[in-house]
Amino acid sequence: MTIIELRQVHRTHGRGAAVVHALRGVSLAVEAGELVAVMGPSGSGKSTLLNLAGGLDRPTQGDVVVDGTVLGTLGRRALAGLRRRRIGYVFQDLNLLPSLTAAENVALPLELDGLGTRAARRLALAALVDVELPEHGARFPDEMSGGQQQRVAIARALVGERRLILADEPTGALDSQTGEAVLRLLRTKVDAGAAGILVTHESRHAAWADRVVFLRDGVVVDTSGPLVAPEDLLKAAS
Amino acid sequence: MYGYQLRASFEESTGGTWPLNIGQVYTTLTRLERDGLVQALPESEAGQRPYEITPAGRADLAVWFATPIGRGDRPRDELAIKLALAITTPGVDVAVVVQTQRGATMRALQEFTRLKTTAASAADLPWRLVLDSMVFQAEAEMRWLDHCEASLVRFKPSPPTAAPPAVPLKETEDARPS
Repeated sequence: MTIIELRQVHRTHGRGAAVVHALRGVSLAVEAGELVAVMGPSGSGKSTLLNLAGGLDRPTQGDVVVDGTVLGTLGRRALAGLRRRRIGYVFQDLNLLPSLTAAENVALPLELDGLGTRAARRLALAALVDVELPEHGARFPDEMSGGQQQRVAIARALVGERRLILADEPTGALDSQTGEAVLRLLRTKVDAGAAGILVTHESRHAAWADRVVFLRDGVVVDTSGPLVAPEDLLKAAS
Repeated sequence: MYGYQLRASFEESTGGTWPLNIGQVYTTLTRLERDGLVQALPESEAGQRPYEITPAGRADLAVWFATPIGRGDRPRDELAIKLALAITTPGVDVAVVVQTQRGATMRALQEFTRLKTTAASAADLPWRLVLDSMVFQAEAEMRWLDHCEASLVRFKPSPPTAAPPAVPLKETEDARPS
């Protein structure tokens, strides 16, 4: 099942002589249970792609489709609602609201969406158990390590019904061991049925994905999937 | 330990990354015995000949662990050679060479990472560290390939001239007045 699809998406900034083509005809579909990494040098369009995928920005041309809904057809309010219900974000830092506990941070999108405090809290605590932080519900972000905070961010991204996680350099500020634990968790959540797009400039991190898309100057120049097992080749041939 | 046990122990630690030929194990044992670093014990009833390390062997091993591996001891880097030659060989699209290699290296990196997810227990530590070594090497190669690609864009190499320098560089350097 395709969770998100970008169809021939273009994004330009400015006009006339000062026009910048951030993305030029990028197509990408991510299925449930699939993690796609997007790699490329600074200015290649990685973050633009993620912002478009998450409905934080609109394409100049082309469509972004999330769960069968073309984002361009939605008004501001409907788009905000879809973002809250369907899409989770994990950034490099500034992920959590410092004045809220871990459980409150995770419950926030559910409460904003109208769910009662008690029900939201129950789902939030379950999400924290999922990311192996069962005892951390009452802690504030500054009482947790960077790795733990990212785990909370992942819990929030996938709390409730949400099945799409968009991660922008989620391990940027972490040491290699902690960063790897965060990627391992992301991998586990995707294997359990979520869809993920991971933007990174580190191939070691991209290697956790099923597919790696290389962007350069707003164009996909290369895509690398895992080696196909011989039995899958036979299956495809029959 | 006898030969087969040695091989099993080596492969367990390294996850079978470098499979050992049993003939190679016995040739090495014979050489170590000749040099006095191991000694053969009486053959078992099953016909297996165990070996044990000698004090000289232990000392040699300690030196081996204590000595860093020199850059010169490693095999030459065929990829670096290939890219350098690709730039100077007419009719070769270097960018394609870079891209092809990057795809293959990325797939290898994905494969190593997948293997890592299966090696999560404490007992897997030696094998996991071997995998990490390959992961970091592949990552370094990816970074270098990206760097090559960016450099190719910045400095479009001029078409190679027909005549290579007649005098090897080293001699030119030696000829300089000191």
